[in-house]
Amino acid sequence: MTATARQEALLEVRNLDVRFKTAQGEVQAVSGVSLDMQAGECLAIVGESGSGKSQLLMACLGLLAANGTASGSVRFAGRELLGSSERDLNGVRGTGIALLPQDPLSSLTPHLRIGTLLTEGLLDRGLATRDEARQRAMRALEDVDISDPAARLRQYPHELSGGMRQRVALATALMCGPRLLFADEPTTALDVSVQARVIELLRGVRDRGLGVLIITHDLGVVAGLADRVAVMYAGRIVETATTAELFRDPRHPYTAALLAAVPRLDDSAQSRLQGIAGDPPQPADRFSGCAFAPRCDYAVDACSVQRPELRSIAAGGGTVACHRPLAAGAAAEAAT
Amino acid sequence: MAEALAATAPVQGLWTDAWQRLRRSRAAIVAATLLLLVIVLAVVGPWLSAYTVEQVDWSQATLATPPSLANGHWFGTDANGRDLFVRVWIGTRMSLLVALLSTLVSVMIGVAWGATAGYLGGRVDDWMMRFVDVLYALPYMFFVIILTVVFGRSLVLIFLAIGAVGWLTMARIVRGQALALRQREFVEAAIALGLPTSTIIARHIVPNVLGTVIVYATLTVPQVILFESFLSFLGLGVQEPLTSLGRLVAEGALEMESSPWLLLVPSAVLATILLCLNFLGDGLRDALDPRQRT
Repeated sequence: MTATARQEALLEVRNLDVRFKTAQGEVQAVSGVSLDMQAGECLAIVGESGSGKSQLLMACLGLLAANGTASGSVRFAGRELLGSSERDLNGVRGTGIALLPQDPLSSLTPHLRIGTLLTEGLLDRGLATRDEARQRAMRALEDVDISDPAARLRQYPHELSGGMRQRVALATALMCGPRLLFADEPTTALDVSVQARVIELLRGVRDRGLGVLIITHDLGVVAGLADRVAVMYAGRIVETATTAELFRDPRHPYTAALLAAVPRLDDSAQSRLQGIAGDPPQPADRFSGCAFAPRCDYAVDACSVQRPELRSIAAGGGTVACHRPLAAGAAAEAAT
Repeated sequence: MAEALAATAPVQGLWTDAWQRLRRSRAAIVAATLLLLVIVLAVVGPWLSAYTVEQVDWSQATLATPPSLANGHWFGTDANGRDLFVRVWIGTRMSLLVALLSTLVSVMIGVAWGATAGYLGGRVDDWMMRFVDVLYALPYMFFVIILTVVFGRSLVLIFLAIGAVGWLTMARIVRGQALALRQREFVEAAIALGLPTSTIIARHIVPNVLGTVIVYATLTVPQVILFESFLSFLGLGVQEPLTSLGRLVAEGALEMESSPWLLLVPSAVLATILLCLNFLGDGLRDALDPRQRT
């Protein structure tokens, strides 16, 4: 990687491993993940439940459960986050990296008013006076299209609808002026029309120059928002590509299968949805080879013996971890 | 001002909700009204009589006169010729004071201790709760008696001694709740916002357990009153010429054959307070239980 040619990465993850000690032994949730993010870029991490994508975010913010450990390196704006003290992490959380939690119904403390929730980050750090914080909170609510912000500040979370709560959560996350936003499946708990608004707002956030790292299993969200995509399977990144590239030319059989599994509006009602045969591996399972091999249509003997490393392919800057990547254009032909 | 606006808001908050349910429980309302009456009498009662706590009325034929409206001793006089009406309300005042202050002390220590242990979890939790277990193992009574013997008998000490032992159960209850709360997503969101641990405990955890705490506190008050009565009965509690309900009952018990009113009057007041608090605690528990919400 030529560091001089590129601008300094906002977030730089190198060889991140996340392990959990459980009663059944050690479980590895994330293995050797590396990724880079620039300011003003939206990266989506896609994968099935249990692929380790949420734990990746939690590890970056130092929010792993007590039995979890992370190793490797996570650098934010040049600062190493792994192994930092709680105090140092608190200097980054909220002000450097903010988190938009998954479920807006439970991510706002129920007995606190919206105004308190919005302003506490600023007031606690002494970044603003009460009046200033209030003004900024009102502006933050306007930014996420919430009407009558002055009245909202006095309301409690349960007085708002789910979509509004997610927008309030977004406003809260942005209050202390972070440079990077982690969005953990931000649209999962919302209905489709509300999802579209949240995606719209997140796009606005990116356009303001923040980095947005979004985790999702919804490829529609990816298509509407992300600049680049990383596909995770069983704790590893198996493919990275620009969004256009990925949708046009998936190179990893898993990615191709994921795309094929998306129901399409123009499918006839009779056609069967294409699932992926088999189940994703349990995090406790260990593989010497490719974790996807047992479910892969293209697998050969070598696949279950030797693990494919992530290597770059093509000129587009995409990478894939597969012994037998699909040829460019192969998936498009198969789909038609 | 914010409070006033919230009260007029169409959708109700947790507390308005609870208040409405409490108002629907007749037992709780009757209990609260009676309790209020007792408190008012405890405050103004002594001034209503022509006598004082210490004053011996030599004008009566015997020292212990039965209750009578004519001579102004509405509840009679005790074996030393002192007006029982005044003494009962002074005693009630003292008992309620001990009960409320001790409960306050135990709530403050218990909530802080339990919330910290439960939220931090892990080894800190282990150590903090083992400390509680050790104190639990000490005989409660024995501990308070040692305290009073070592530090002498003073009113403040009684509050502190009872409160200092009473917080143990509170700490356990709050710890259990905090343990469950810290798994909730809003706590994670608060951590991700970079708030310091102390703020998260104070602002995001503690208010959530207050419902349980209030209910448990109303059930603690009667216990403390009974305990103070017991201490006074042993002569370790409130000192003469002040008195408490416990002392009055103990003294009355000695004279119950010759002057039964000395036992009956303070016992009735004590029983009223305890019953009212238990009913109120019950009502509060139901009102604050979210499962009761319709």
